[in-house]
Amino acid sequence: MRGLFAAASVRLVCGVLWLALAAAGARGFETEAMQDFGTGPQRIDVLSTTDIAYMQPVIDAYLVRHPDVTLHYVVASSQEVYRAVAEEEAPFDLVISSAMDLQMKIANDGLARPLPAALMSGQPGWARWRDLLVAVTQEPVVLLLGRDALPPGTPAPTTRRELIDLLRDHPDRFRGKVATYDPAVSGAGYLFAAQDARLSDAFWRLAEVMGRLDAKLYCCSAGMIGDIAEGRMLLGYNVLGSYAPGNDADGLRIVELQDYTLTLLRTALVPERARAPEAGAEFLAFLLSAEGQALVAEGAGLPALDADAFDRNPHLRPIRLDPGLLANLDQITRRRFLEEWRAALIQP
Amino acid sequence: MLLQLLLLAACLSVGLYAAVRLGADRASEATFDAVLGAAAGSLAEEVRVAEGGITVDLPPATFSMLSAMGEERIFYRVDVDGAPVTGYADLPLPEQLPTALAPSFYDANYRDTDVRIAAILRSIRIDGRAAPLLVLLAETRQGQGAIAARLGNRAAVLGLAIFLAAIPFSLYFARSFLSPIDRLAEAVGRRGARDLRPLRHPAPSELQPFVTALNSFIARLRGTLSQTETFLAEAAHHIRTPLTVMRNEAELALRQSGEEETRARLRGLIRAADESARSASQLLDHATVLYRAEQADWAEMDLAKLVRDLVERFRPAAEMRDISVRLEVRGTLPTRADPVLVEAALRNIIDNAVKYSAPDGLVEVMAEAVAGEARVTVMDRGRGLAGVVDQGLKRRFRRGANVSDVPGSGLGLTIVEEAAQAMGGSFAIGPREGGGTCAVFSLPLL
Repeated sequence: MRGLFAAASVRLVCGVLWLALAAAGARGFETEAMQDFGTGPQRIDVLSTTDIAYMQPVIDAYLVRHPDVTLHYVVASSQEVYRAVAEEEAPFDLVISSAMDLQMKIANDGLARPLPAALMSGQPGWARWRDLLVAVTQEPVVLLLGRDALPPGTPAPTTRRELIDLLRDHPDRFRGKVATYDPAVSGAGYLFAAQDARLSDAFWRLAEVMGRLDAKLYCCSAGMIGDIAEGRMLLGYNVLGSYAPGNDADGLRIVELQDYTLTLLRTALVPERARAPEAGAEFLAFLLSAEGQALVAEGAGLPALDADAFDRNPHLRPIRLDPGLLANLDQITRRRFLEEWRAALIQP
Repeated sequence: MLLQLLLLAACLSVGLYAAVRLGADRASEATFDAVLGAAAGSLAEEVRVAEGGITVDLPPATFSMLSAMGEERIFYRVDVDGAPVTGYADLPLPEQLPTALAPSFYDANYRDTDVRIAAILRSIRIDGRAAPLLVLLAETRQGQGAIAARLGNRAAVLGLAIFLAAIPFSLYFARSFLSPIDRLAEAVGRRGARDLRPLRHPAPSELQPFVTALNSFIARLRGTLSQTETFLAEAAHHIRTPLTVMRNEAELALRQSGEEETRARLRGLIRAADESARSASQLLDHATVLYRAEQADWAEMDLAKLVRDLVERFRPAAEMRDISVRLEVRGTLPTRADPVLVEAALRNIIDNAVKYSAPDGLVEVMAEAVAGEARVTVMDRGRGLAGVVDQGLKRRFRRGANVSDVPGSGLGLTIVEEAAQAMGGSFAIGPREGGGTCAVFSLPLL
């Protein structure tokens, strides 16, 4: 079960790399999987970065209520999802992606259709942008500790400062055993690192420390989770917690750092070119309903939207869903940031 | 009146809406432009030259803040040396490049939506030379439009409400302001044609100049009239006295002369003198009527008694021409009037009846109370009015077409009419059934 889970995650998160290797397909944009649900005459085309297995419980429950629907579910990487909507104007009725910046660019550039007011009115301000973009899950970005990560008697770090101290105090223990995203390869890793750089002065020091410890850079959360679970790595920084199998299973420990913990919003939009936008919005409404959210949380293990979580856990910071994300996509800004990152990580 | 006010209220509201909308548009545009310009400035500051060429560190917070003003969509473009370096390479350029000192703002349509663009021109040093750096920052202006529209709508609704609420007040005030004028107009309109007393009606201070002017006009009019009338009376008097002398002399000459030709001439002379004397007398009467009508020196009197006395005075002259006068008066007819005027009026009526009756004719005089009026009716079987309407006959110096053989001035009916009007009564004259004339003189009963 866990193996299948991990395999799905690898396919999901490693999309960018996987695609870079794949030859251009007949469809224009690269898909990773697709499946039809139901046999009804009303067709809904959904394009998503979220693996089929995660969404299956929600889709099944929706089809029970709407037997007249055929739901065509296509999985692609976040870059390909963006390319499909923004460049090829593929007629999907609902697009769900974990790449907040790319989704924001689609909405900002006028390629998304306004969602029904009834659907948007219940959403808190941080979980939507205008009536174009709405969050369907909130996923904390965490520190993942392996079974033997901590020296005996040492408490788990609760802030980045403590993490830096821990790594500095035990350089031999952690050399070559620290995992984090490679922002040059992963869109999500770049987004997290850029947010980190804005939010904390400690980030660049942490990058230097990780560089000194020969940190291993990953394309995807799943790779980090797998290596930590199997003991090849001790510690993963900026791991999407939702993909981790949870506490205790393999002695893995999810730590939400108390200085702040970024929270990624998986967002949905209805493209301008949708063939059945009402049907797409209706499925989205179900996804956002209490029942849909419960199915997302329990069935798929993706954290449901929960505004109270931010009240209970003041360290949780939702990544701001607004055009500030556009700065992330600027190629020159990106180049400059990566140069700085490289300079911090790879010391002469 | 109400419709006009409603229209006015609607027009004013539309005007107010337009004015506020325009003002709000301008003010909010200035505000939004200032923010946009500052954001473009901070964007330009993030463009630097490094070893590898141009570097840009886009400030996400700037975009966030810009967008937060109304969840606006943001577009940007950075050009160095006239070529796009990063951002939306197809964002429209300004028609004129901005100066280095101040950003320029312009509207454009980009990606099917209206955007406001701030353009900033700086220069940066690349490879030892200065290169122009152009930064464009665009935002949609839905928030601004919404603010202006909201302000405009509020102003329009508020204006409409205020103007609608003002309508009853303005109606009330207009009415209360105009009512003294109405009362004055009514008071002036109620007056007889000859009533030239000054207005003593209470009027608000705003109308006092108007009342004063009106009264001074009335006074001048009265002065002119009284001058004329005094002159007429003087003239009549001065004519009558020599005429009497002349007539007496002519009668004396007639008695002494035996020559038939001379006697005929003298008779003609006497008749002409009679006619002139009568005219002069009526002129004097007329002047008296006018004068007394203006004085309005009224007293309670019994019309029945006056008619009885008058008829008795006429009877001898009538009987000399074999004309009988039948009087029909019952009881008393109390009225409030000027006895001199009433007598002058009735004397003229009865005189006319006797004068135009044939010998052996009958003049009937009736005095009775009818429908709140004291009415004196004088009927004869004389030659009638020959179809002339009575309005014409009542005018000064106007005589019937069939009376050239009877001496007369044409003032008689005018005197009657003016006397009746001065005392709030009426006078009508018309043909009598079966031939002759019927004249009716009425005064209000007390």
